[in-house]
Order: sequence, then structure tokens, then C-alpha cells
Amino acid sequence: MPGLTGKDQVLTDYANKLAVLDAPKGRSLTQDALRRLSKNKAAVVSIGIVVLIILVAFIGPYFVPWGYSEVDWTSIRKPPDFDKGHFLGTDQNGRDMLARVLQGTQMSLIVAAVATVVSVTIGVIYGAVSGYFGGRVDSLMMRFVDVMYALPYILFVIILVVMFGRNPVLLFVGIGAIEWLTMARIVRGQTLSIKEKEFIEAARASGAKPFAIIMRHIVPNLSGPVVIYATLTIPEIIIAESFLSYLGLGVQEPQTSLGTLISAGAPVAEVLPWMLLGPAAVLVTLLLCLTYIGDGLRDALDPKDR
Amino acid sequence: MSASEREPILKVRDLSVEFTLGSNGLFGGKKILRAVKGVSFDLYQGETLGIVGESGCGKSTLSRAIIRLLPASAGEAVWLGRDIQKMNSNELLDLRKDIQMIFQDPLASLNPRMTAGDIIAEPLKIHMPNIGKAERAVRVAEMMQKVGLLPTMINKYPHEFSGGQCQRIGIARALITNPKLIICDEAVSALDVSIRAQVVNLLMDLQKELGISLLFISHDIAVVRHIAQRIMVLYFGEVVEIGEAEQVTMDPHHDYTKRLIASVPVPDPKVEMERREERRKLRRAAAKAA
Ligand SMILES: Nc1ncnc2c1ncn2[C@@H]1O[C@H](COP(=O)(O)OP(=O)(O)O)[C@@H](O)[C@H]1O
Ligand SMILES: [Mg+2]
Repeated sequence: MPGLTGKDQVLTDYANKLAVLDAPKGRSLTQDALRRLSKNKAAVVSIGIVVLIILVAFIGPYFVPWGYSEVDWTSIRKPPDFDKGHFLGTDQNGRDMLARVLQGTQMSLIVAAVATVVSVTIGVIYGAVSGYFGGRVDSLMMRFVDVMYALPYILFVIILVVMFGRNPVLLFVGIGAIEWLTMARIVRGQTLSIKEKEFIEAARASGAKPFAIIMRHIVPNLSGPVVIYATLTIPEIIIAESFLSYLGLGVQEPQTSLGTLISAGAPVAEVLPWMLLGPAAVLVTLLLCLTYIGDGLRDALDPKDR
Repeated sequence: MSASEREPILKVRDLSVEFTLGSNGLFGGKKILRAVKGVSFDLYQGETLGIVGESGCGKSTLSRAIIRLLPASAGEAVWLGRDIQKMNSNELLDLRKDIQMIFQDPLASLNPRMTAGDIIAEPLKIHMPNIGKAERAVRVAEMMQKVGLLPTMINKYPHEFSGGQCQRIGIARALITNPKLIICDEAVSALDVSIRAQVVNLLMDLQKELGISLLFISHDIAVVRHIAQRIMVLYFGEVVEIGEAEQVTMDPHHDYTKRLIASVPVPDPKVEMERREERRKLRRAAAKAA
């Protein structure tokens, strides 16, 4: 007898398994988005530059003749000098600027990555839970976000510094824990629209638990706005770090960061311009590239919105 | 087959569902929308009950209340002797295994981030967590065959399928737990006419083979007449007519049912002209009565 669909149904389990093994891979939405992104020249070049900056910041220090805290007593406040290996000159303490820029970039990148991961994780889960459950839970959770918004940022930072000491990474875990507020709002809004989709109802009808629905069905479908917002959070945190370091709350000497370097270079820019130019160039390049990547991602992830 | 001698698997008695509107805002008074008003019917094993009515008359709301995705404000729905409003979480999980749904929008009812295989396997993971990965894959592949999909498409994503194929994935997902009842909420309304016929026939074949019951919801009485043994007509949340499909479509008692039947287009232009005239008369009569 022919099968219900007219096809033979005499496949054994073995054949089925074979068929499954041979099944070609599908083209996921993420792959589609990456393909579109790879056609965006500005974004591709920017990704290349950011990757290059990351590599140089982490590998470069091993190839630089001077350490970032090493003092060269014979060259203090000196412009670039290739013979001695001070390719970007030295600061007022005779430390090699290239080594310091590399270390500062490294520190800023670590801080941005840590704070962004923390803020995205908290923001996504908080926003998805709030939006999915809705009603009273939602009002309560969002009211809490409003209150957090209203509290002064710097007060938190001071409390965090008192709690954690001046460990920069822990400090920026703390900053990530404040940065999540906007992310939570964005994610909540997205969740409100996703949860009306039929596939959520399908999951509920087949008995999936709320937590499983949030993790399997809602969070994966948030990737667009979340990725875009995360690329915007990175520069924001690099700037916040500069500000806090300027106030003396951030990274501690002899360690440094892009923000610290710029705040040290700005007052002496007229007499020792190399102290400002190096770190400023890296920061501006990084921020510009991240903006282009963010733009590219937005176009790639929401092709309809163009 | 006389149904009345057997015990129904689903008994719905005076079921009502209300929505509270305009509860937001400080001074906004609350309005209550009664979407389903005292609906009663029985459903027997292996039977297809069609629910028709124009869009907005409460068909979806009724089906959601039957499986407790929405709370009922009054009345009861009794599944295999147990009132679903009073079920505990274990009984509810069993209910979710026994009653599955197929939705209107074939693409929107599938998670775009999951492969066809993962989508079909999801109810299995929930209700039979002890099944190993390999066996799950085999069952999914068998189910895909059964609904007319190639098992080699198991790793594809929903956007790589056509509308009809997406609906087949939805059907496979509904069947994988061996349910006793499937609720099809406008399951073929979004499909092209030729594909609609294929999917309706697939549902009928599967029903015959597996002995499941169907609640087939549609605004289109022509499709319902084709698939259902009995038809229930809803009008503004109320049952205006329920009976054998033959009787409801050939000899409708209620004016609203007559209007529904009259609104079905007929391929023959001459007949269609006559029908249009008849429809006009019916509308005039309805206007006079109102
Ligand atoms: N979540 C809801 N909140 C408020 N009103 C609703 C909600 N869902 C449906 N309704 C209203 O209930 C009525 C019945 O809707 P529905 O059951 O979707 O109709 P159908 O499926 O027959 O088209 C409509 O008037 C609709 O606007
Ligand atoms: Mg509906």
C-alpha cells in the first residue's frame, strides 16, 4: 500500500538514521546576516581594524623594547626616538609611550568586554523575564529600572570602589551591572512583541515551561537589537572608563588605559603632543570602527528596515 | 456510527470567556468584552467538529480556553472526565500532551532560529525526556515522512520551506506526542487554494489512520463542510447552530448560517449571479429584522 503521502514508507530505522546523517545543513538566519554583513565594505574593514587593534594590543607588548612601567632615566619628556626604541616618545617619567599605549588599549578593551558581557547578560535576562511575564511582575521590575536610572551613577561607582577596592576589572563588572538598564528596556520591548507570535503560543500549548520558553524561543530571537546595542555599549563604556580614570576612580598607576593616557596627555598637548596623539588616535579609530560595525550589523540583521 | 452512545472525550458546558478592556490609565473605566458566551458541545473520539463563524466571533478564544491558555470566566471544559480548570500541574502536562494545536500562520508558528528537526522534536523533549537523541531523530524523521516532508530536510530552517511545507512541520510537531485531539485554528486559511486541499486531505488521512479527534476552526464554511462530520456555528461568541455537517449546510436553521453559506463563492458565474441576488435579499431581510 502506498504511504499516505504517496511515498514509500518502507524505510528502516537504519535508513532513517542514514538520511539524518546525510541531511544537508540549513542556512540559519545568523549565517544569512553574516553573509549580508560581509558585503558591507565599511563594516568589513572596520572589523579588520578592530581585530588588528586587539591583536596588537595583546601581542605587541612582547615585541616592544620597553615595559609600560619601565623608566628610562636618560630620556624623559622626549619625542619619538628610534635609536633608543621609543617609537612614540616618552612621558614625563621617562616611560615609553608605545608600551603605555599598548597596555592602555589592552586595559580599555578588557574593561569594555567585561562590562558589556555583564550588562548584556543581566539586561537580556531581566528584560525577557519582565516582558514575558507582564502584568504586575513587569510593572514592578520596570519600576525598579526607573529607580536605578534616577540614582546618580557616580554614587554607585564610589560605593563599588569602596566595596571592591580599586581592582579595575571588578570595578567594571560593577559598571556593567549599571549599564544593563537600557538593555533591559530594549529587550523588554522586543519580548512584548515576540511573545505575541504564534510560535510562543505553540510552545505554551505543547507544555513548555516559562523558563524554557524564555531561553529557547525568546532570547535567541532577540539577537538583532541586542547585538546592535552591545556594539554601542562598548564605546560608551570606554568613554565612561576614561571619565572615571580622569576622576581618579578607575585604573591605577602604573597601569593605564586609553582614558587615563588621554587625560594625562591633554594638558601638555602643546609641549608634548606625542603624549596625546598616540592614545587619541587609537581611541578615535576604535570608536569609529565600532560605529561602522554597529551600522553594518543593523543593516545585516534587519534587512527589512533599510 | 452513532456517537451519542459513547462517552465524549471532551465535554464543554456553558463555557464563557471575558476580556477586561481599558483597565489601563488612572480614570479609564473597565469595560468587559464577552468573547465567548456560554458555549456547550461534546466531542467524540475520532470525530471532526468544525467551528465556523466570521473573524472576531470568538473561535480562537474558545479554543484557547479549552486548553487553558486563557482562563474561563464561567462554565467548564471536561477532558476525559477531568475539569481542565481544576487540573494540577501534572494533569495539565498530560493535557498538553493529549491536545495539540496547529496554527494559522505557517511561518510565524515556527521559531525562526530552530531547525525543522528541533521544532518537531520539542514536544517530545518536554513529554518524553527519557528518549535518547538517536531515537528522537528517528522518530522525527518518521514523522516528517508521514506528513510528506523529506527527512533530509531535518536541518533546514523554517524560512527555507514553502508555506505548505511549514504547515506540514506544524502538523508533524502536533502529531509527535500521539495526541488524542488536535485543534486546527484556521490551519489552512493562509495557504494557497491548491496547497490548502493537499493539507486538508493530509489531515483527513492522518485522522483516519491515527483515530484522533479534530476541532477544525475556520471562517470558511466550504472547507469545514469538506472535513467535518459535525459543524458548530458561532456568532458573536454564541452557538447559533450545531448539527451534522450535511444538515447544517443543506438545511440551515439560523439566518446567520444561511448568510455564511450564501457567501461561499461558486466557480460557475451564472450560479454565482443568482447567489449574489439571494445574498442581497437575505441582507435586506436581516436589516429589516434588526
Ligand atoms: N487578548 C485579548 N484581549 C482583549 N480582547 C481580545 C483578546 N483576544 C481576543 N479578543 C477579542 O475577542 C473577540 C474574539 O476574538 P477571537 O477569538 O480571536 O476571534 P476569531 O478567532 O473568531 O477571529 C474579538 O472581538 C477580539 O477582539
Ligand atoms: Mg482566530
